[in-house]
Amino acid sequence: MPAAPKSFQSLILTLHNYWSEKGCVILQPHDVEVGAGTLHPATVLRALGPKPWNAAYVQPSRRPGDGRYGENPNRLQHYYQYQVILKPNPANMQDLYLGSLEAIGLDLRTHDIRFVEDDWENPTVGAWGLGWEVWCDGMEVSQYTYFQQVGGLDVNPVAGELTYGLERLAMYVFGVDNVYDLPFNDPDSPLGALTYGDVFLANERQQSEANFHGYDVSVLKQQFEQMEEQVPLMLARSYKNETLVLPAYDMVLKASHLFNLMNARGAIAVAERASYIGRIRDLCKMCAQKWVELQEAA
Amino acid sequence: MPQLLLELFSEEIPARMQGQAAKDLERMARDHLAAAGFLPEALKTFAGPRRLTLVAEGLPLAQADRKEELKGPRVGAPQQAMDGFLRKAGLTQDQLVEQNGVWMAFVEKKGRPTAEIVAEMVEAIVRGFAWPKSMTWGTGKLRWVRPLKRILCVLDREVVPFSIDGIESGDVTEGHRFMGDAKPFVAKDFDEYSAGLEAHYVVLDVEERKERILEGCKTLCFARHLELVEDQGLLEEVAGLAEWPTPVLGDMDPSFLDLPPEVIRTSMRTHQKYFAVRKPGEAGLAPHFITVANIEAKDGGKVIAAGNAKVLSSRLADARFFWDEDVKTGFEPWLAKLDGVTFHAKLGTMKQRVDRIVALAGEIAPLVGADVEKAREAARLAKADLTSQMVGEFPELQGIMGGYYARHFGLDGEVAAAVQDHYKPQGPSDAVPTAPVSVAVALADKLDTLTAFFAINEKPTGSKDPYALRRAALGVIRSILLSGARVPLGLVLGVAWAQARIDAANIEKKIAQSLIGKSISAAENVRQSVEAVSSAFNDSGVGEGGEYFRDKLNSAVEELLSFFADRLKVTLKDQGKRHDLVDAVFALGDDDLVRIVARVEALDGFLKTDDGKNLLAGYKRASNILKAEEKKGPLPEGQAEEPAADSAAEVGLYQALRLLDRPLKDALAKEDFTGAMAQLAELRGPVDAYLDGVFVNDPEHRDNRLKTLAAVRTAMGQVADFGLVAG
Repeated sequence: MPAAPKSFQSLILTLHNYWSEKGCVILQPHDVEVGAGTLHPATVLRALGPKPWNAAYVQPSRRPGDGRYGENPNRLQHYYQYQVILKPNPANMQDLYLGSLEAIGLDLRTHDIRFVEDDWENPTVGAWGLGWEVWCDGMEVSQYTYFQQVGGLDVNPVAGELTYGLERLAMYVFGVDNVYDLPFNDPDSPLGALTYGDVFLANERQQSEANFHGYDVSVLKQQFEQMEEQVPLMLARSYKNETLVLPAYDMVLKASHLFNLMNARGAIAVAERASYIGRIRDLCKMCAQKWVELQEAA
Repeated sequence: MPQLLLELFSEEIPARMQGQAAKDLERMARDHLAAAGFLPEALKTFAGPRRLTLVAEGLPLAQADRKEELKGPRVGAPQQAMDGFLRKAGLTQDQLVEQNGVWMAFVEKKGRPTAEIVAEMVEAIVRGFAWPKSMTWGTGKLRWVRPLKRILCVLDREVVPFSIDGIESGDVTEGHRFMGDAKPFVAKDFDEYSAGLEAHYVVLDVEERKERILEGCKTLCFARHLELVEDQGLLEEVAGLAEWPTPVLGDMDPSFLDLPPEVIRTSMRTHQKYFAVRKPGEAGLAPHFITVANIEAKDGGKVIAAGNAKVLSSRLADARFFWDEDVKTGFEPWLAKLDGVTFHAKLGTMKQRVDRIVALAGEIAPLVGADVEKAREAARLAKADLTSQMVGEFPELQGIMGGYYARHFGLDGEVAAAVQDHYKPQGPSDAVPTAPVSVAVALADKLDTLTAFFAINEKPTGSKDPYALRRAALGVIRSILLSGARVPLGLVLGVAWAQARIDAANIEKKIAQSLIGKSISAAENVRQSVEAVSSAFNDSGVGEGGEYFRDKLNSAVEELLSFFADRLKVTLKDQGKRHDLVDAVFALGDDDLVRIVARVEALDGFLKTDDGKNLLAGYKRASNILKAEEKKGPLPEGQAEEPAADSAAEVGLYQALRLLDRPLKDALAKEDFTGAMAQLAELRGPVDAYLDGVFVNDPEHRDNRLKTLAAVRTAMGQVADFGLVAG
């Protein structure tokens, strides 16, 4: 077994190697702000349709409401999720997952690993599945889901999804109490040791202030509405008989992020939230529908 | 006798579903076996994190052979009937015997091997199992709560062969994921199975897992001079989360103890499933926790304890952050935010809701003996914590946090208590507030919820009550009855409904007006907008619409009162009161819950006495006569005249009614309903004598006698509508 990782970046490389060996294509992050790695088109769209698909990637996730100005040792408004999607899910998926924990250096005879019911759903993309949060010594280190529906459509064959909260996992593996103290690169690097804080603290401070006080709600609202209007227009276009699903889906993601920003500003009431989510879901459903049509036609 | 052992081994089953799954498995197996003619000597099921297990003792290896009698067609029946019978029964005519003019077949049915029946049973159970939520996986079609991995099925130490959606039955299972050799093992009967599980670190029986947890917790506590804060619900849950449950005590940073204990406990229990501990005899929490791990760790649990402590610290650090942010902010900024929080699209913002509750609390305060200004102030502040950070994170702490913050800011004690308790009671077992200011705000909160959703036609139907309006009404009833407050419910409901309706109408008006502004091409749209606008204007009571609004208000109040009547019936029924008595009292049109209940109680007592039962019978007789006569034409009106002195029964009742009048009115005015019933009891003898001795339809005296009976009905009707009493 290769040596356990010693830094945040080598943790990612270890997972990349592990899942690459297990047959996943290793992708790079999607370049639109998303609230969760699931929203990467490699998961939301690829989960649909009959074609097998195995992929792993890192996705920066933005949760504007979770910003803490860099003062909370655990919460970030921008963090990384490691995402694995296996379609159809292999019968030994739980074992593969546990193998990945061992690969990053967790001794499963010392730690307490538990699969705790958590029926995952993401109403903004009309997706849900059954599975668990995986706990390591009481800390949720991954979300494990068997997708049943995405974009309101049945997922068949079933795709298994793993989401690792990378910072949390790294803090645990490296015994670090504060995310900003995580070793980002190899401490013996010729360029000098960098911590997570060296890389991201300024970003957390500035973005937190922007999320909570900086953005103009009326502008966000306007942009949201513009995106909403654009999606069906984009879906009405095609190139060589292929509907422009992927650009339309990017717009859905943008709308979703704008909604998260408004939410962080406390500009959306509980009852209103449902209607916003419904609007995004409708857009997402349109894309999912078109995507499946394309898959089945191909 | 042979034993059947079945294990359905899957990925982790949600803890909350395990108990019911064990029961369902037992029921389904018993039904299937019984249908095949088997009555096992013993049958037991188990459920755990990764397995459902069934063991049945004393099954035969095959069904007994059976003789069946089949009745065919009559002798001489058309050949078609005979052919049909033979085809259906799978027989030939030479197998039939003539008996009493009918063709009979006596068929020996070989009993089937039990293994075949078991194979069918397992397939039926697996395919028909009613999980609250189930899923498919991979490329298969089978549904189970999580992927089903193995089926162990042995009868009399032999594998019962079958395959369900590609899963082959066998005699192999698995133990703990990590402890022991973590390898599959063979089990051919229950003894081998339970021994194998134990050797592989699995406690099969949930009761044993619970005992193990409690014992472990108590041992840990004893060593540290602590006491477990017992929590049955949590125990059930964690017992479903570990196959080899192993309590581990961890330390909590004591500096967090200055957070409200509710916050600490919510964080521990809801998020982390930890047990809390305290110093023996002390009320607050001790700075430790107990987590239940699924493993006896190589290091004795040090890493597990430290890891969990870290998680708890970060949870509590979050809570601390919320507290600090919240006390920097305070009520007024939160209140300002309520303006931007939509309560419901058709009812406007939370701010509008608060305004309504303030007005209502002000109306209700004097009725419940509360200071009007304090009630209005508490109502104004009651919902503020909804926009606080802490409640954003822990919604279940709404109200409780408001109370803490109110005290933190040094607000009046009664106001703080009302902010804290105004959601109460949240269920039948929750306490009802008793402090007057709290009662006023709690009532205003619930009455607004109730009337507002009625005002937008979102009423409960059947089993659907998404806004928990029935619970709100029950809460109102319990609060009023407990405090004994004299609340004219109809009037209060009227005020509450009217202000909610006006808010709703204003929103409709805006929507309608915005419709007009848009480019409308279709005539249908125009028509709709015009209707919406006019109805919105009417509803808001503007100008000519005033009368229309009043009509709507009256019918809304009527509907709400009958909703309350139904809820009150449920409440009283739970206390063993007959619901027909509630109807009899409600028919009087009273809306004072305290008085209604007093009447029902007095009536209930009265009808249990001899006098009561007989008077009721007399009332029914009198009333039947009146009804029959009413059909012939209108009843005579006016007072009965004094009857001739020679008719003793008539004179008796006439006098009794005259003597009754004043004391009955007095008793009712004093709300002494037991006294009123006692007065009515005086009528029993005279009414009986009258009905037995007087011929009402005597042409000469008919009018006067009908007037007398009507007088009985009227007198009794002041107490309750006895016509609605059953019996």
